[in-house]
Amino acid sequence: MNRRNFLRNTGFVAAGSLFVPAFMKPFEALALDELSLYKNLVVVQLSGGNDGLNTVVPFGNDLYYQKRKSIAIKPEDVIKLNDMQGLNPNMAALQEIYDQGWMTIINDVGYPNPDRSHFRSMDIWQTGSDSNQFLSTGWIGRYLDSNCQTCKFPYTAIEVDDSLSLAMKGQTKKGIALKDPAALFRNTNNPFFKAVLQNDQEHLDEDNLGYLYKTMIETQSSASYIQNTSKIYQSKFTYPSSGFANQLKTVSKFISSGLKTRVYYVSLSGFDTHVNQIGQQGNLLKQYSEGMAAFIKDLKSNNKLDDTLVVTFSEFGRRVEQNASSGTDHGTANNMFVFGGRLKKQGIFNAAPNLSDLDNGDLKYQLDFRQVYGTILDKWLDVNNGDILNKKFNTLDFI
Amino acid sequence: MNAKDNSLRVKHLYNRAGFGISYADLHKLSRKNTEKIVAGLLKETKDDPITLVSDTESRRQMLVQAGLYTKKNLSDEEKKIRQEIIRMQNEVSKDLNIAWIDKMINTTSPLREKMTLFWHGHFACRSNEPLYAQQLNNIQRTYGLGNFKTLLMEVSKSPAMLQYLNNQQNRKGKPNENFARELMELFTLGRGKYTENDIKESARSFTGWMYDKDGTFIFRQNLHDDGTKTFFGKTGNFDGENIIDLILAKPETAEFIARKVYKFFVNDQPDEAHVKELGDHFYAANYDISALIKKMFTSEWFYSAENVGTKIKSPIEFLVGLSREFYVTYNKPQILIQLQSSLGQYLFNPPNVAGWPGGQNWIDSSSLMLRMRIPSLVLNDGEIDFSGKADPEDEAVIALNKNATANANNAKPKSYVNANADWSKFLSTFPKGTSPLELTAFLLQPKLNDKIIKMVSDNKGLRSTAVEITSMPEYQLV
Repeated sequence: MNRRNFLRNTGFVAAGSLFVPAFMKPFEALALDELSLYKNLVVVQLSGGNDGLNTVVPFGNDLYYQKRKSIAIKPEDVIKLNDMQGLNPNMAALQEIYDQGWMTIINDVGYPNPDRSHFRSMDIWQTGSDSNQFLSTGWIGRYLDSNCQTCKFPYTAIEVDDSLSLAMKGQTKKGIALKDPAALFRNTNNPFFKAVLQNDQEHLDEDNLGYLYKTMIETQSSASYIQNTSKIYQSKFTYPSSGFANQLKTVSKFISSGLKTRVYYVSLSGFDTHVNQIGQQGNLLKQYSEGMAAFIKDLKSNNKLDDTLVVTFSEFGRRVEQNASSGTDHGTANNMFVFGGRLKKQGIFNAAPNLSDLDNGDLKYQLDFRQVYGTILDKWLDVNNGDILNKKFNTLDFI
Repeated sequence: MNAKDNSLRVKHLYNRAGFGISYADLHKLSRKNTEKIVAGLLKETKDDPITLVSDTESRRQMLVQAGLYTKKNLSDEEKKIRQEIIRMQNEVSKDLNIAWIDKMINTTSPLREKMTLFWHGHFACRSNEPLYAQQLNNIQRTYGLGNFKTLLMEVSKSPAMLQYLNNQQNRKGKPNENFARELMELFTLGRGKYTENDIKESARSFTGWMYDKDGTFIFRQNLHDDGTKTFFGKTGNFDGENIIDLILAKPETAEFIARKVYKFFVNDQPDEAHVKELGDHFYAANYDISALIKKMFTSEWFYSAENVGTKIKSPIEFLVGLSREFYVTYNKPQILIQLQSSLGQYLFNPPNVAGWPGGQNWIDSSSLMLRMRIPSLVLNDGEIDFSGKADPEDEAVIALNKNATANANNAKPKSYVNANADWSKFLSTFPKGTSPLELTAFLLQPKLNDKIIKMVSDNKGLRSTAVEITSMPEYQLV
């Protein structure tokens, strides 16, 4: 062991015995719950309604070219995955990831009676509700509420952002939003913040003031834990320079330094391409793919890819037929991407969208998005999906 | 009752009925009894609509838009015109937001604005057309203290709501149930007080309630289903107004509204006996909202300890209260939109038709940290590097903006809040010799504990005390 590695490892020892490399610690000393904590979920949200048909292009279907005269991706430009579907050329960075078997594409995910408003549909995806139901908690938030063995810490769910999405808010527990662990650490350790919290025992009850103090205390302890655990870790990996890649780099730092966090949430916005879609969406898909490819390779090089599952969604897909402005309008079912080192079904999971059997010009969904959530909850986060989603959903075999 | 005890009551009343009170006004009012003060609050409210969005310009744009909508192939020039209209609507929507929050900060009719805010969350609605959003907001302001039936009728006929809940698509033979469902589930009765069949039948009754292309309500007889309907067990040739009457005939409607009013003005955890008392009174008063409000503010339980200083301020109550308290001027008012969005209450953009869930839902680690930083940012003109997420409805505009791709996710440059508190005006409202501890007791609604007393006792200046106290978790309560 060289000096630098030695220092790094002693740093890990100081941050908690969990981070001692396994060979330095007798196996029986590793508690079972500590082992299971190594499974991470990363949720990636594409905001604005990404056009799935120009992302995973059905180049084998003539109807696609008939309905998209000026914005279809030419067959020769598509990165072909099989005889029917292939990736947008701006996603070239993901080809290697796909070929390694680290990526699964799930076609036509949606829900009954789809809503075409951004806000409402995002609400439905984040809360996991039916389309005529209004929930004030998110699906990950309710996972936190379930108080399971693996979700009891306030830092169980981290969103790399300035504000917390509804998906991450439960009734009694909420995830934590932070862009920069060092900044949050400074803010929760300034003299004023400390003075407010000092010797505060009387507020630890159930009323609203108690709730505010509890939130402050948890924020402070989470900030310290996250900062102290992750500050020593330096990624050797080069990420592209985009805000999105930076978010993923932060997540990678957290995962690789061994945070006991289970769920991470990041987002990329700007996908509402009503006008001149080709350039706008191309740019975003390039940012997405290059960031994601770097992230997946980084995790692989740290031996974390087997313990990580990344899932990407958008609030809806777009109409099959383009509009008069070389763009597309709000639609319904869409594809989702899953990444990880231990995927059961790699590549394309189910049949390509049927472009000849439409519902008022929109794709019909094959799979309910809550089947995807349910699969993740059951098989990856080790909870019963019916408890979180309010009814039981059949699981899928991608993991 | 002595003036000191009474001043605690008056402060509580003004915090809940409005957005706080100055020390000088509090001192003046403390000698009056509750009945008189409540009567004053109800009386001083004159109707004063927002007129920011121009009627003629909006209608001109709507007609142009409607014309372009029916065209199959748009020329480049026409595409530009359409984009420009979307851009202007977005900009005017932001101006409207600022106009309202500015009105709340400066109003001399605080109860009317507070009531408007209540109805804004109750009849939650989004509209991309700022004229419609302004109309609905003015309906909620004009009728917010009047009769609930009038208010409900006006809201139901507003283009904003007809559009938002798809009544524009509700036609004879092709009913759309969205409005009928939310009318009963969220606006009047609450879940479980009606059947699915009641929804179907009432949806038929509202067919033909529409607005025309310049945004005026119109009843289209030819699209209206005038067949027989059975609703709440009664059979008749009902139209929309009949349905509203039948809904209001149920005392459950009065109780549902009373519970919501109670949760907004009194306590997140409703006391069912008090709710029942208010509901009965509201029903007996034939849905006179002022009667309900008066009953609530003059009830002894409104002033009991469990209802004072125990409610978490909504982001708007927090921002408006702070700004009123310190006479803050925002030189770059857009910051108020950023703060609303980051704190989770972006006016005119409720999360869904159910409105903001409120209470502890307002608070998570990031929103609390931001709340605790805002007083020093606003009062001391601090630097803010907070960007937050875009509202999903703004995505179209983000995508239209050519530079959006490059900037959307990159850290924004730091910006200054650029606000001025009028400290001399603030301090002049206090008598000479006011101590930091007295100031603290005035600024905070929860009872002071030893820790706070010790924290401020080391403080010499009133100004630094004020910044410190407003940054405390206790200041989040009202």
